[in-house]
Amino acid sequence: MTAHGTAHTGGRTGALTARPAGRHALLVELPDAERTAAFHAEVLRRRAAGALPPVEEIVPGARTVLLDGVPDPEALARRIAGWEVPPVTDDTGDVVEIPVRYDGPDLADVAALWGVGPGEVGALHGSHTYRVAFCGFAPGFGYLTGLPPHLHVPRRSTPRTRVPAGAVALAGPYSAVYPRATPGGWQLIGTMPDPRPLWDPARERAALLTPGTRVRFVTAGDATAAGTTTGGAAAVADTTTGANTTTGGTAAAGAGPEAGA
Amino acid sequence: MTTKLTAVRSGALTTVQDAGRPGHAHLGVPRSGALDAPAMRLANRLLGNASDAAVLETTLTGCALRPDQDVTVVVGGAPCPVTVDGRPAAWGAPVRVPAGSVLDVGAATAGVRSYVAVAGGVAAEPVLGSRSTDLLSGLGPAPLRDGDVVAVGTPAGPVPAPVAAPWAGPPAELVLPVRPGPRADWFTAAALRTFTSAAYRVSPHSNRIGLRTEGPPLERAAAGELPSEGMVLGAVQVPPDGRPVLFLHDHPTTGGYPVVAVVPEPALAAAAQAAAGTPVRFTPA
Repeated sequence: MTAHGTAHTGGRTGALTARPAGRHALLVELPDAERTAAFHAEVLRRRAAGALPPVEEIVPGARTVLLDGVPDPEALARRIAGWEVPPVTDDTGDVVEIPVRYDGPDLADVAALWGVGPGEVGALHGSHTYRVAFCGFAPGFGYLTGLPPHLHVPRRSTPRTRVPAGAVALAGPYSAVYPRATPGGWQLIGTMPDPRPLWDPARERAALLTPGTRVRFVTAGDATAAGTTTGGAAAVADTTTGANTTTGGTAAAGAGPEAGA
Repeated sequence: MTTKLTAVRSGALTTVQDAGRPGHAHLGVPRSGALDAPAMRLANRLLGNASDAAVLETTLTGCALRPDQDVTVVVGGAPCPVTVDGRPAAWGAPVRVPAGSVLDVGAATAGVRSYVAVAGGVAAEPVLGSRSTDLLSGLGPAPLRDGDVVAVGTPAGPVPAPVAAPWAGPPAELVLPVRPGPRADWFTAAALRTFTSAAYRVSPHSNRIGLRTEGPPLERAAAGELPSEGMVLGAVQVPPDGRPVLFLHDHPTTGGYPVVAVVPEPALAAAAQAAAGTPVRFTPA
């Protein structure tokens, strides 16, 4: 039942593909990350406006948005094909500031890949605004886009068995902050001094970095407060309950190469 | 005073499960919840509990529990011997366990997962609206260890009169209906034919995250990596070794291996009870 649509995304007509994903789900595939972000924002807008049929889960990926728990996926696919989808703009979504000490063990390697000195990595990394494209790997682990292509770096050839909570890391097009200690293969460039705001299931908004949120990295000391949110819901309500550092499992069985971190 | 159960014998893997925590997949939170959901609901109904009250889910070897006050329990799901202080007791029907006695839920004689429901429900602390143990991300209560104490909630009312209960038997052969998945086109036509005609078996490496299979590998038509995308419950993902993995309730919310097919949710309870070595067939739904 793969349905091709011509919804207007990113200000131009871009093909989207609605792929089947079982009796009650639809996987909508977009041509690139930017139009995926735009489509995801449009889904959230329509749901907030009550203009979307019931959907239990809205799960963005790198080039897709999964709509799960949908009564009639085929009918939804037909509706989506006719949507006008405005492009995401620089002011779409809440902004979260993440304080960082640029002291990661892979700082020198990343500096060499970027062709700069280790002292310049922080300024370069902090000069861009990022957006949470999607979450996965662990609760509250956001895959952040926004690093220009010439600054993309490969994963480490040998993953670490333990990456500490708060590690600020790079791999491919993504930046991330580890919400808890896990194994990981990303390049570690810095540390969020207090990572507890990243994930707190006791808080109404459990994850600090939700899909669509914009993120700025600021050198620790410059930030007004850890994990400050501006222009949106107060994300940091309670940091006293501590980070969830349970090690009850890792993304092992069946997780794909991109699901690892 | 709250009734408590002490784990005299925690078994191979005993976890707290309810209906799970759907609705948080976009944050990277697996759905979790009882793998054999109909068994959990039936056990609860026989006790007059809400059908999704939290229960204990055992794995192959059962567990033994000692309540500090009289409790009524139902052991269902995978068939197993049930005793109270060594005396045989009913499986699949309400059993009174006096304070200080030991309820022993024996090893499964067939199937994998037995469910221990207690009148009042297991009262573990909810996380994101659910008491379920999520083994992928470590949310919810940790798996039971010997000596652990499990709190029990207050029963809503008396245990209903016993009725004949329609327990499903564990499958001798696991027949899984499949619908095309979002990445069926990543596989060769021959692989798709193999998928729905070949004999697979349940791998011993299966767990709450996924039911792994052994059998002929599925050959890809497309090479390369799939950018991470959202995964549904019941997705049949094909890792590089080509052997299909059926995603169960603790599955990762996003993944980068292609999903060749999707098994409808009602068929997953049988998958939860298919022991290692059970023959598996995937058939077009």
